[in-house]
Amino acid sequence: MVPVAELLEVVDLVKHFPVTRGVAFRRTVGQVRAVDGVSFTLGAGETLGVVGESGCGKSTLAQVLMRLEPPTSGAAYFEGEPMFSLRGAALRRWRREMQIVLQDPYTSLNPRMTVGDIVGEPFEIHPEVAPKASRAGRVRELLDVVGLNPEHLNRYPHQFSGGQRQRIGIARALALKPKVIVCDEPVSALDVSIQAQVMNLLAELQGEFGLSYVFIAHDLSVVRHLSDRVAVMYLGKVVEIGTEEQIYRHPTHPYTQALLSAVPVADPALRGRRDVIRLTGDVPSPVNPPSGCRFRTRCWKAQDVCATEEPALISRDGGHPSACHFAEERSVVP
Amino acid sequence: MTSQIAPAVVEQPRGLFGDAWHTLRRRPLFWVSVSLILLMLSLALFPGLFASGDPNLADLSRSRGAPSAEAWFGYDNQGYDIYTRVVYGARASIVVGLLATLGVVLVGASVGMLAGFYGGWLDAVVSRIADVFVGVPFVLGAIVILTTLNAGGDAGPVRIVAQVVLSISVLSWPVAMRIMRSTAIAAKQQDYVKAARALGASSVRIIGKHMLPNCIAPVLVYSTIALGAFIGAEATLSYLGIGLRQPVVSWGVMINSAKDYLRVAPHALLFPAGFLTATVLAFVMLGDAVREALDPKLR
Repeated sequence: MVPVAELLEVVDLVKHFPVTRGVAFRRTVGQVRAVDGVSFTLGAGETLGVVGESGCGKSTLAQVLMRLEPPTSGAAYFEGEPMFSLRGAALRRWRREMQIVLQDPYTSLNPRMTVGDIVGEPFEIHPEVAPKASRAGRVRELLDVVGLNPEHLNRYPHQFSGGQRQRIGIARALALKPKVIVCDEPVSALDVSIQAQVMNLLAELQGEFGLSYVFIAHDLSVVRHLSDRVAVMYLGKVVEIGTEEQIYRHPTHPYTQALLSAVPVADPALRGRRDVIRLTGDVPSPVNPPSGCRFRTRCWKAQDVCATEEPALISRDGGHPSACHFAEERSVVP
Repeated sequence: MTSQIAPAVVEQPRGLFGDAWHTLRRRPLFWVSVSLILLMLSLALFPGLFASGDPNLADLSRSRGAPSAEAWFGYDNQGYDIYTRVVYGARASIVVGLLATLGVVLVGASVGMLAGFYGGWLDAVVSRIADVFVGVPFVLGAIVILTTLNAGGDAGPVRIVAQVVLSISVLSWPVAMRIMRSTAIAAKQQDYVKAARALGASSVRIIGKHMLPNCIAPVLVYSTIALGAFIGAEATLSYLGIGLRQPVVSWGVMINSAKDYLRVAPHALLFPAGFLTATVLAFVMLGDAVREALDPKLR
């Protein structure tokens, strides 16, 4: 399942946003630690699920990976090349390799462009990919691939439903034949029935084009079927990372266990037997995160050592990396 | 893929402006405003076709004469034929309004777009400069600018009109700039701009293809209001004796010379004021119709 060649390698990625005060004389009064030391690898054809609740830095991670925001520190390598130092023609070339599907299909498509123009825009920006004469055909092909009627390329985005719009966004991301697609919560704005259709489409496309996905979601159940590996994020840090089996069957971090226990179970017979963990309190502010382990303020296992020493993301008991001093396996979902 | 997810009705493909035109064609308001504007524009372009008299011929023996078959709109206090002067006055009023609006929108919108898109120090500098111009009261600023420019002595009609246009533009561009800047800042954070940047689109492309088409509507609406306001501003400045003046004929000049004789010769004020109101109204209605037609969400 886990491929050998690493397509994308992210090392200790940090993104802090300065908090400023004052109008004429701005001074920095703090840092929002949106992403605070994230490392992972992604192999060819692999899907890495990134899961965490709102405000944990998932979307910032996507923005930095797409180079829409500059990183504060850290490195990322695409096929061994450092990504963040790319400039000019090399940057343009790299843009063809990595694309993004954004969360909200209602704002991610320009309302004043027709579907044909939206899906064809990648070819206008990168004219070397497709000669002018073949572009219209390519756009029709792309619409067909994502399950839309190619005859509708003169329509505007508002004439489509949410699920159809997300398909248009996927067609745009596919146009340049990228190797990696970052999916930033691509289904969280859609109805549940439509979510499944779009997830199935993404899975089909992965098989057809050999794509790798960084799949961001706030819901563990959404990423489960697509992901080979899953990273769980909390307050800008990865707290646990492992294969789908390791995370869902043998979670060792208390936060992962709590998230899993919140996933609804379809089988009524299993409901009573389930081990529900209720977290108390809110996510602490990323401007001033707790000392030591960031999860300790909401953790039932917290002890003195958790406040003084930050747990490293290393393999302890469960056979996969988990950032908890007291990592131990606990089967949450029966 | 086997399943085709698509709306059921197949329509004729059309572009953005094709769609806008299709919508506009069916709106009576659009046709009313267009015919009014065309009438005013033809008055401005070919006044000789509509009036045979001389707008600068004053005959005091006919002072304040009532409307009649011979002089449809009557005569004013100086004995000018009001109909002839209304026809000839259209040109100056419309030219001042259009040129000032064009200047304000071009300068304000482009500066506002750059400030909103790039932000940072450019935005800070431009916004502070705009604050300075907004801080100057319009009439005071116009008096300062126009008295300075008028100090040169007698000027031809072109120079008089150009001075008024320039002073209105210089004092009003910050309004258009602020409108454009705030819409640009909002549009910049839209996901479709992020998607375009992720595709590697240049700043020129993002501004031209994604930002401008989505930011232009508020400025268009403002410009229709501004057009009326500027024709009014022209009248204000003319009243103060620093705006348009002889030998230029404008509706503003006529209104202000007539207002002292309102009780004895109301027609001298009503006719030019009526033309002024109709023109402003026509532009506002046109702008409204175009804005609705250009916005695909309102269609």
